Amino acid sequence: MLVARGLTKEYLSGTQPLTVLRDVSFEIPAGAFVSIVGPSGSGKTTLLGLLAGLDTPSRGTVTLDGEDFGRLDEDARARLRGEKVGFVFQSFQLIPTLTALENVQVPLELAGKVNVKEAASRARDLLARVGLGVRMHHFPQQLSGGEQQRVALARAFVNEPKILFADEPTGNLDGTTGEKIVELLQALNRERGCTIVLVTHDASLAARTQRTIRLKDGVIVEDVLHPRDPAA
Amino acid sequence: MTTQALLRLAWRESRTARRRLALYMSSIAFGVAALVAIDSFAGNVTRSIRDQSRTLLGGDLSLQARAAFPAVVDSLTDSLRTAGLPSSRVTTFASMALAEPSGGTRLVQVRAVSPGYPFYGAIETVPANGWSTVHSDTVVFVDPSLLIALDAKVGDKLKLGQQQFIIGGTLGNVPGDAGITAVIGPRVYVSDKWLPQMALLSFGSRAEYEMVFKLPAALASPKPAADVARALRRRIDPADAARIEALEARGERERNGPGGEGEEAGRDSTIAADSTATATAAMTAAPRVRVRVRTVADTEREFTQAVARLADFLSIIGLIALLLGGIGVASGVNAFVSAKIDTVAVLRCLGATSRQVLALYVVQAAAMGLVGATAGAVLGVAVQFLLPRVMGEFLPVDVTIALEPWPLLLGLGTGVWVSLVFALRPLLALRRVSPLQAIRRNADPTSLPSEWKDVARLLVDALLVGSIVAIVLSRIESLRDGLAMTAGIVGVVLVLWLAATALIAVARRTTRPSWPFPLRQGIANLHRPANQTRAVTLALGFGAFLLSTVYLVQANLLSRVQTTADAAAGNLLLFDVQDDQAAPLDSMLRARQHPIVQQTPIVTMRVEAINGVSVTRLQSDTTVRRAGWSLRREYRSTYRQSMQSSEKLVSGEWFPDSATRAAERATNPQLPFLLSLEQDVAREMGVALGDTITWNVQGVPVTTVLSSTREVNWGRFEANFFAVFEPAALRRAPQQYVIVANVPTGAPLAEIQRDIVRRYPNVSSLDLTLVKQTIGSIVDRVTLAIRFLGLFSLAMGIPVLFSAVAATRRARLREGVLLRTLGASRQQVARVLLAEYGALGALGALTGMLLSFGGAWGITRFVFDDPFDPAVGPTFVIALGMLLLTMTIGLLTSRDVYRETPMIAIREPG
Repeated sequence: MLVARGLTKEYLSGTQPLTVLRDVSFEIPAGAFVSIVGPSGSGKTTLLGLLAGLDTPSRGTVTLDGEDFGRLDEDARARLRGEKVGFVFQSFQLIPTLTALENVQVPLELAGKVNVKEAASRARDLLARVGLGVRMHHFPQQLSGGEQQRVALARAFVNEPKILFADEPTGNLDGTTGEKIVELLQALNRERGCTIVLVTHDASLAARTQRTIRLKDGVIVEDVLHPRDPAA
Repeated sequence: MTTQALLRLAWRESRTARRRLALYMSSIAFGVAALVAIDSFAGNVTRSIRDQSRTLLGGDLSLQARAAFPAVVDSLTDSLRTAGLPSSRVTTFASMALAEPSGGTRLVQVRAVSPGYPFYGAIETVPANGWSTVHSDTVVFVDPSLLIALDAKVGDKLKLGQQQFIIGGTLGNVPGDAGITAVIGPRVYVSDKWLPQMALLSFGSRAEYEMVFKLPAALASPKPAADVARALRRRIDPADAARIEALEARGERERNGPGGEGEEAGRDSTIAADSTATATAAMTAAPRVRVRVRTVADTEREFTQAVARLADFLSIIGLIALLLGGIGVASGVNAFVSAKIDTVAVLRCLGATSRQVLALYVVQAAAMGLVGATAGAVLGVAVQFLLPRVMGEFLPVDVTIALEPWPLLLGLGTGVWVSLVFALRPLLALRRVSPLQAIRRNADPTSLPSEWKDVARLLVDALLVGSIVAIVLSRIESLRDGLAMTAGIVGVVLVLWLAATALIAVARRTTRPSWPFPLRQGIANLHRPANQTRAVTLALGFGAFLLSTVYLVQANLLSRVQTTADAAAGNLLLFDVQDDQAAPLDSMLRARQHPIVQQTPIVTMRVEAINGVSVTRLQSDTTVRRAGWSLRREYRSTYRQSMQSSEKLVSGEWFPDSATRAAERATNPQLPFLLSLEQDVAREMGVALGDTITWNVQGVPVTTVLSSTREVNWGRFEANFFAVFEPAALRRAPQQYVIVANVPTGAPLAEIQRDIVRRYPNVSSLDLTLVKQTIGSIVDRVTLAIRFLGLFSLAMGIPVLFSAVAATRRARLREGVLLRTLGASRQQVARVLLAEYGALGALGALTGMLLSFGGAWGITRFVFDDPFDPAVGPTFVIALGMLLLTMTIGLLTSRDVYRETPMIAIREPG
């Protein structure tokens, strides 16, 4: 599903080149639920950016569902994202001027593959699925953090992406609310067979995924499989 | 994404930003308003002229001359009348009017008309049926203002020349006269059958003669009327007709002298020589009388061209408003863009391409541009109703106001286009928003990478510059002026940009740790990354520049008029004083102990030959560029031994003393006389120092040699002349005088005016105090018009300033909130803001002010041809006002920072 080969990312920090990621390689099969963990500054977010095609590596390749990001320009990568990738962010990143329902519809409208009615009905279904059937006409500001993140989840899944990237999805939420989000992620992973890549520094959260890749100073220091989550 | 989906998303996404975006886009409203108002007004006036052009002329065709018509015109008119073409005469001249019983006197403009006039339109009078008696009774109809000036009422007696009339009523609307003419010289309408009884023309008062024809319907349309005009021209003066037809064949219009419109004696002796006695002259070689033949179409064209010139001038204000609006849009959209970066990053994550993102916001900008332009168009239509009130008095037609669809659409289109082009440049930055910004919280959202080699941006830049040039050139007909204006705008923008860059550099170097925190922080804001110093300085500086320039030009013009009015030495001006009247008038004044300040002789003449070549031959010679009017016109010249204070020698030498000349003449009786010409007329005649000019002084040839040229300040109440002769040349020629005397105002002045009119009805007298008042009232009206434009430019500067300041609002909010969180008080945050805006305001206002001295100098010098005298004090007040305005707007737009708690400001969405 997702193949990283020799990923290296260097920045110029002042005049000094700074290597954030060094020669990172791994494969994630379809339907997997993988966590990437590591302390602050270990290169987690950089890696996520590269895997999702938001950024280009200094060296190395990322292949998503058989398509090499390196061979695509930014707009083609955007189209690929629209088609196959979903995102969940730590700070929810809902568009403040759109209602919950409209936020969920955006990826469908951008892709332009389904008509308005279809888009609205799919969005409504998904919002109902995440438990927000009654609040779909509210604006992000009118929703709590947990609700906002559930809208974001619905938005991430509306396009039926092959892979979902979640960047600290519980980072801005309290324990109980965060727990519900993780349960939702797991359920959607199971129901829809969607590959999920979760970036977090929360070890207990990581333990609930099938596999954990641990980064430190830009290199993989650990890549372990967890036994099946007993709760699942 | 489908277009429909794009529009829908654009509409939804714009929800909270609509109001703010509309505010930015409203910058364009004033520009559109100005263009719509000016174009609609010009359209209204042009249409009114078209509708009323027959009324303007009073008929379908007219013959005009500055002297009595030659015999051929009379016989022509007679034969045309027998052929069924009615005609009517109008004779216009200045005369003194004496009212009884009040005894008031006033110089008036007499229009003596024959029955039938006007063939189109009507002369409105109060009482309404009064005009019907004009040819049967001994009545006159006068401007209402004359009654006040003469302390008379309807039914009183009014004496014009030797004839006494009853004032039959007052004049209302008269076709073809602009309202303002009543201020300059009150009008008196009278039947022309009384001309002989008045006996004013027999004295040879300067008069304009007009013969108006009514053509049968078949001939009244433009083409046949032009044919009739051509035929008439050939009959009256074949040579002149051939000349005009040759000009027309080359596509040229006849060139007239200064003052335009066939002005044959406009300027020499500014007021003095306005009438003259040619009757006393020996008419041995009667000068050819030029008869102008004009059709309705000619009148319409002349008036329309004048309106077009006025519209051109006003257009400059409109253009500047539009460009200023463009700058406002650009800086506003810049702020908008920085608020939208997060949303764009998310959209990119969700699969939006850069093109989709750009399209999304271009649609929003276009929609808001349309809103702004529409608001402007509505405002423009409203202003259109105001303009006739401000300008109406200067127009010869009654302007009927109607909605002009074409200017409305043009203004709307231009507004949307300009706002879009100016918005496009900042919007392009959104293409470069990286989706990474959605996950990288530490990324600075305001610093978007920019590349010089970005093709789209270069394209937009080219579009921007191209649009400005195209719009300027399409509105200002002269290519040279258009380019000069574009260059001026570019120059001002460049200077402001450089000044802002310098400020950034200075701010970076001068901030000292010892300064109080708010000042240090405020100044540091000027050079922090993603500062808006340049944008704010540009918008502010341009506004200050514009305001200050308008003010300076206005102040300069007004002060010139003022000094002109004040410069007169005496207060009573007598003109048309005949040779034999000078001495008795002199003693009359002396007997009452009114000192005579100046007594100037005037001799009328024409040019006969230059360097031995006759004028007729010269006019057919095309190898030397000479202006026809300078050879054809009648000159009113004087002779004197010394120069006047209003004159300055430009080349050659002034006349040597008379004894030397007399001695020279004794040895050589053929010695030509010395002549001094005004420099412009010398150039137009194509003569240089040493050239011989032979004059026809009422039948007697006088040969002169050009010995000097002068610069003349015409704007003074003094008798000034194109040609000044040495005394020996003209001392014995038939002449008349202009006398300036100093008479105590009040009863003595009124008495002497009345006595002079009674004894010498042909002598016109002018109370200069009255003239000053008249000029004052005209100046007041002009000032009103200029103030109106100035206020308008001030109004259009405010939204631009708002946009420019709002551009930094986000950065300000973030910083203010942070400072408040760190324990800064509201006052401290406000002081930081004041320091920053104070520096920005001071720089913008001062640079704009300095630039305005250049702009105003250029306009006064090259457009109005006046010396420039900067009014430094008031411009400082304007600059100070702009500074205060900037600081107020800065505090207003950032009020959330110090009004709300830090939490609320943090939650506030971009």
